[in-house]
Amino acid sequence: MSKDERFRQKKQEWEAGTLKKVIDRSPERKAEFTTGSWLPSERVALPESGDFDDYNEKIGFPGEYPFTRGVQPTMYRGRFWTMRQYAGFGTAEESNERYKYLLNQGQTGLSIAFDLPTQIGYDSDDPHAEGEIGKVGVAIDTIKDMEILFDGIPMDKVSTSMTINAPAAVLLAMYIAVAEKQGVPRSKLIGTIQNDILKEYMARGTYIFPPKPSLRLITNIFEYCSAEVPKWNTISISGYHIREAGSTAVQEVAFTLADGIEYVNAALKVGMDIDSFAGRLSFFFNAHSDLLEEVAKFRAARRIWAKIMKEKFHAQKPKSMMLRFHTQTAGSTLTAQQPDNNIVRVAIQTLAAVMGGTQSLHTNSRDEALSLPTEESVRIALRTQQIVAHESGITNTVDPLAGSFYVENLTDKIEKEVWNYLNKIEGMGGMVHAIENGYVQKEIQDAAYRYQQEVERAERIIVGVNKFTIKENAPGGLLKVNPKLQEIQVEKLSRIKKQRNSDIVQNRLSALGVAAKDPDKNLMPFILDAVKDYASLGEICNVLRAEFGEYQESIVL
Amino acid sequence: MQELARRVIKGDIRGIAKAISLVEDGVETVKKEALIDSLYPHCGHAIIWGITGPPGAGKSSLLDRLIEQLRQDKQKVAVIAVDPSSPFTGGAILGDRLRMQKHAVDDAVFIRSMASRGHLGGVAGATGDAIKIFDAAGYDHIIIETIGVGQTEIEVMELSDIVLLVLVPGLGDEIQALKAGVMEIGDIFIINKKDHDGADRLRTEVEYVLSLKNGAENTTEHPITMTSATLNEGIAEAYSIIQSYYTTILKNGNLAKKRKNRIENELKHIALSKIKESVDKFLNIDDRLDSWVEDVFQKKVSPYKLLNKKINKFLQEIDWK
Amino acid sequence: MNKNIRILIAKPGLDGHDRGAKYVARALKDAGYEVIYTGIRQTPEAIVKTAIQEDVDFVGLSLLSGAHNELFPRIVNLLREKGAGDIIVFGGGVIPESDIPSLKEKGIRAIFTPGTPIKDITDFIETVK
Ligand SMILES: Nc1nc2c(ncn2[C@@H]2O[C@H](COP(=O)(O)OP(=O)(O)O)[C@@H](O)[C@H]2O)c(=O)[nH]1
Ligand SMILES: [Mg+2]
Repeated sequence: MSKDERFRQKKQEWEAGTLKKVIDRSPERKAEFTTGSWLPSERVALPESGDFDDYNEKIGFPGEYPFTRGVQPTMYRGRFWTMRQYAGFGTAEESNERYKYLLNQGQTGLSIAFDLPTQIGYDSDDPHAEGEIGKVGVAIDTIKDMEILFDGIPMDKVSTSMTINAPAAVLLAMYIAVAEKQGVPRSKLIGTIQNDILKEYMARGTYIFPPKPSLRLITNIFEYCSAEVPKWNTISISGYHIREAGSTAVQEVAFTLADGIEYVNAALKVGMDIDSFAGRLSFFFNAHSDLLEEVAKFRAARRIWAKIMKEKFHAQKPKSMMLRFHTQTAGSTLTAQQPDNNIVRVAIQTLAAVMGGTQSLHTNSRDEALSLPTEESVRIALRTQQIVAHESGITNTVDPLAGSFYVENLTDKIEKEVWNYLNKIEGMGGMVHAIENGYVQKEIQDAAYRYQQEVERAERIIVGVNKFTIKENAPGGLLKVNPKLQEIQVEKLSRIKKQRNSDIVQNRLSALGVAAKDPDKNLMPFILDAVKDYASLGEICNVLRAEFGEYQESIVL
Repeated sequence: MQELARRVIKGDIRGIAKAISLVEDGVETVKKEALIDSLYPHCGHAIIWGITGPPGAGKSSLLDRLIEQLRQDKQKVAVIAVDPSSPFTGGAILGDRLRMQKHAVDDAVFIRSMASRGHLGGVAGATGDAIKIFDAAGYDHIIIETIGVGQTEIEVMELSDIVLLVLVPGLGDEIQALKAGVMEIGDIFIINKKDHDGADRLRTEVEYVLSLKNGAENTTEHPITMTSATLNEGIAEAYSIIQSYYTTILKNGNLAKKRKNRIENELKHIALSKIKESVDKFLNIDDRLDSWVEDVFQKKVSPYKLLNKKINKFLQEIDWK
Repeated sequence: MNKNIRILIAKPGLDGHDRGAKYVARALKDAGYEVIYTGIRQTPEAIVKTAIQEDVDFVGLSLLSGAHNELFPRIVNLLREKGAGDIIVFGGGVIPESDIPSLKEKGIRAIFTPGTPIKDITDFIETVK
């Protein structure tokens, strides 16, 4: 059989198998796809000639192992990615309004930002919360706030992503409880919790407990959801913040996948079957401005994860081997200088995410380097995605950059360097040890330092910052958090604490404390009971702090 | 007595901090010596610990845990944490404190970071004087964390009553380090990161090396203990071993011997540096060096001849008894 | 030997974005200063006690969560209460231009927003030390 013939034959097999299965279930957006000037767009362009075995092993067909070309056979010809803008600030009431606005503007999913006290498990009346309430997201103290947040939003229809890690179990419990009040059963809930503690230790900083009990909470959630909330994505293993902290693209992938390996190991250790949870693992990456490197990064990440799942963990289901991911454009690349330039940066990064095959995307607003984004900026950011989706034409074909000598070469290079890191981390006894030794943080820090030095020396040009600068006036029209917010939130909390039945709350909390002592108990049901009776987030976390202790930063300078 | 000394003795935090800067900067010699002179009668109550071991072994993390133990016993603790200064820029990042920062708001814990400022020996030049300041200020325990570069850190031995040597598995060069004589520094051996593979093996190795040493000289017992600073395991045991070690050396007279030895070293050190200073000043070496170099270069005189002449003159002029 | 300048780089508030703080710490070390770094999530009380114990000349605060209007002045006031008002406080992070005048009025001597070259910071230190 000639080489070309083998390509053709394999394509036919793929069309009759993988593709047909999907198209029968969900047809493509249009009967016919063309370029802007009516040339036909191929669904999956293939090499005309060349080494078939090499192609098939490394690149393959979309929707098939090793998933280099994407996790679905039709990709955006079937359905666009989910356009999901991270939002939330101030009180639950204000955030609720913003969500309704975004849904009206054609956004297809919600993404909730919590304020820092919530993320670290402090109530609004805790001294640690001073000055931070409602600043980077919405403040949630009790289930009451969650009820307000979702008032008038159909929880059976929207998919909700919550950026919450250390206290993820508590917020998930609140979400479930509020949905049930709306009459939506938990089995119908769609969404994601970030729930990725390891990257908090190395890059983002909103940790509470040490690794061991944290991993227990995570596996508790895995087990609980696989039985009770089957459509929920139980974790979003995040490289985004690692990259924001200054890592390279290679480090972003390597450390994220190493985290993934650690979570899988934790779940296997408590006796879960790999194929029972692997399909619900999702990932979250950063899209930077080096367009082609980023595309290569996403493709390499998919290929490596597939290999890990198949060869290391012996997963059977293809779904278990698919790296599905959310992307956000790179906040750290946005400049306070000439903020409108940021629109262009975000557009390039959007192209990177889409050509890299993302499943959902948040585009940053141009004024994020200055303060909370205004409604207008958020709209432009969303429009950027819509323009790429509807006007750019890159959504008419699957994995448009496959076969580019440069991109394939970069994909291979990134893969090789990622494996080097993965092997090194394995040699250290896994990611928890690598983090506790400060190794990972040091690697990131060194890359960040190098980058910044290049910027300082103008060896790396940032337009508007170290070249093409202008004199600027301070920007106007920025959104500010209501300064009375702290008072309002504290007042609300104290009212609830007075109204609730405090004996029941105490019972719920002590039951949770007792359960926490027994490592074989799943804590989710205890937390759910506690939130339903209006125990606050801080109270629940304090019970767990007393049992588990608190994590101490392990960076090495 | 100076105002500053009075503040130190009263335990005034800012006063102590300023006093340490004074001895550290070493610019105002007279003032510095007067300060130490007036503090000296108030010294001698504190127990001085040294903690040494390779960088990254977990010295600071372990200290953080040991401070918790000391605080449960209501002890006042001062820490002097030394990190290296860059030989090129003189700058330093003092990062030990980061691991103990939860004690920052505890008024009975004083943590002071020190850059080595070119001093060799694992501590800073001012560490000895800083110990006196803390001692006079009423701290029950003063703990010195060394830079952690290995065998050159004997100075910590001279400064402290008890030296904890922290070792960890997985550095690859453990046995080399043991052979190279780092072991001589430690009174108590702490194998940290026992949560890592290889900790038990390291313990066996340390026991072996110690048995060789003890066989030869039959000196004091050197306890070995294992900890995990991050998991907070083995800390109470380590603490009680340290306590009983202290009781032992207090009773058998080794503590007094050590302290006298320390004073001996200190006196020698001060004597030498004072003499050097006076000679430098008398001979005005800085200004004259160039012309001496020229003379020796031109073979007008040999180095010994030149200097013997100068030094003899110096010795005649001072009232040497 | 002479007087070395000591600088505390601290992160008050709850945000964990320490990229900038760590960069500044390292760059100041390279510029020849002695830098003490506290790590993230420090309370104003801890920062002030640390500054006093370490007898620093400067405290550099980094904050990205937006709580600067509350926390920066708290730290300056606490230093003054403890008789350490001579320690010079500067700040950095995501701080809107419009907040800067009032922060300066409250005793924060300089604010460095993202993109500031490190030389601006060292120039500031050398002029006011
Ligand atoms: N796994 C583990 N890591 C530790 C332990 N003790 C310290 N570390 C980590 O080792 C690194 C170095 O610790 P540090 O206390 O700074 O060491 P030092 O340089 O000897 O002071 C840090 O990242 C700590 O978190 C331990 O017992 N187990
Ligand atoms: Mg240390």
